[in-house]
Amino acid sequence: MLEHYTMGRRAFLACNYFFLACLAILCILPIIHVLAISFSSSNAAQAGYVKLWPVEATLASYKYVLQKKAFFDSLLVTLQRVGIGLPVNMLLTVLIAYPLSKDTRRFGLRTIYVWIFVITMLFSGGLIPLYMIIKYTGIMDSIWALVLPGAVPIFNVILMLNFFRNLPKALEEAAFIDGAGHWTTLWRIFIPLSLPSLATVTLFAAVNHWNSWFDGLIFMNSPTHYPLQSYLQTVVINRDLSLVSSGDISSLGEINERTSKAAQIFLGALPILLVYPLLQRFFMKGIVLGSVKE
Amino acid sequence: MPWKKRIGELPLHLMILPGLILIVLYSYGPMFGFIIAFQKFIPARGFFDSKWAGLDNFRYLLEMPESRRIVVNTVSIAVMKIAAGLIAPIVTALLLNEVRKEAFKRSIQTVIYLPHFLSWIILGGILIDILSPTSGIVNQALGWVGIDAIYFLGDNDWFRYTLVATDTWKEFGFSTIVYLAALTGIDPTLYEAAVVDGAGRWKQTLHVTLPGMSAIIILLMTLSLGNVLNAGFDQVFNLYSPQVYESGDIIDTFVYRIGLVDAQYGVATAVGVFKSVVSLVFISTSYYLAYRLANYRIF
Repeated sequence: MLEHYTMGRRAFLACNYFFLACLAILCILPIIHVLAISFSSSNAAQAGYVKLWPVEATLASYKYVLQKKAFFDSLLVTLQRVGIGLPVNMLLTVLIAYPLSKDTRRFGLRTIYVWIFVITMLFSGGLIPLYMIIKYTGIMDSIWALVLPGAVPIFNVILMLNFFRNLPKALEEAAFIDGAGHWTTLWRIFIPLSLPSLATVTLFAAVNHWNSWFDGLIFMNSPTHYPLQSYLQTVVINRDLSLVSSGDISSLGEINERTSKAAQIFLGALPILLVYPLLQRFFMKGIVLGSVKE
Repeated sequence: MPWKKRIGELPLHLMILPGLILIVLYSYGPMFGFIIAFQKFIPARGFFDSKWAGLDNFRYLLEMPESRRIVVNTVSIAVMKIAAGLIAPIVTALLLNEVRKEAFKRSIQTVIYLPHFLSWIILGGILIDILSPTSGIVNQALGWVGIDAIYFLGDNDWFRYTLVATDTWKEFGFSTIVYLAALTGIDPTLYEAAVVDGAGRWKQTLHVTLPGMSAIIILLMTLSLGNVLNAGFDQVFNLYSPQVYESGDIIDTFVYRIGLVDAQYGVATAVGVFKSVVSLVFISTSYYLAYRLANYRIF
């Protein structure tokens, strides 16, 4: 489109570009600052010399964090929860979304089931009763306490069911005429056709498991069972000295609380930063496809 | 209904069954657990053998000096967040829409979506560092322009606004997605017609772009009504400290402290029941309004 730019228009565009660039910088600057601190020497960080680039660059903080057993233990718990929780999430999402994507003619109780699931989004039992249920079902302090309560991600189910609903009906009918049952249709027709949406939902679920921290904090009795984010909560936010034992920090000299915290913050965010480009590519498409109705 | 058709539906029921069992156990179970609010609950005795307390827990709540403060904090923080969370993304989306250089637009989008995907543990850690009154870079920067250090996370005059600002910082970028999607859906011929009628960019924004977005704006406004009691537990829990309880203690953090830290299960559950019921009223109203005003259905 050819546009004739007036002076005012040009001034506006210049300001607009400048403003948006500032906004973006504002979003990323704090992260860069903390990254710079994590690579700086203890003295430089303490004296406030570090801005956006490491001062007296050193890997000491990372060396310190990476040789901490507690850090690795919690990382293992997180990997375990992603390893178990993600397949469970995905399996249940698909298995629930498929029947609910049928209309009432094909699946008489559909609407009732949908309501049973949607009500859990509108109304929750709250913290204490959930805690008690976890206790009574005997999964307290085990990995299942991090997997089972959130095993059905309703939001993802709704995304998938809306996506399934928009697949051409003719494909499904053709499959049935060829003698396929529901299981085959789901596995051979629906799933191969919805790979972009499934990728989106998988990434959502994975990020969710990686980022969860409160369940670990309350359902795990011993800090050695904490997933990474719960461990970081106690170390970075709460300064729980039972886990830091200040003795071993000062003995190292080159690092201090601030640089080691910064290193742990960055390591905790690293996997998200790594999958982010993927996430970014998929989720836009997936959300838009999943939310279009009729 | 012929039984043959019912048999045909059997696999569909089977598919739902595992998820249904988990939902009943871990979502409906806790709803049943509401009876704790009416008991002198002792965990070892369970839901069925604890002594009944009638409305004692609720009465206790009403008489507690903190109750009022907590509701006021929760609602004021939540309402400010809702307002900022609506305005900031709309303005950003409108400004992004004026950008003609696709590469620039996409880079900006990539960067401003990022904080949404980081947990409040990570962001909390970052904020605690940069907002520190002694060593934080924000206060250093304020010092350069001659402003005294502000204890953003420890001063009751500042804490709520810090919460609102940092929450908006985390979410505004990602929230632009829906508005940008709505903007791409506007028929380009409307702009052409506006140009023919002599409308400049400003008039086009006012008379074409904004009306084109109004449906989604109304929808998100009504849906956000359901959040008036959600001040954001993850954020507050990781940023607050006893010295800002006065301005920043919210319902969810309070439930955590009296319930899981002090083990006053009955009282904490009573607060939870209050929150769930009031929220349900707001959410139902908002969905009803969304349905009436924007013809919106969740499924």
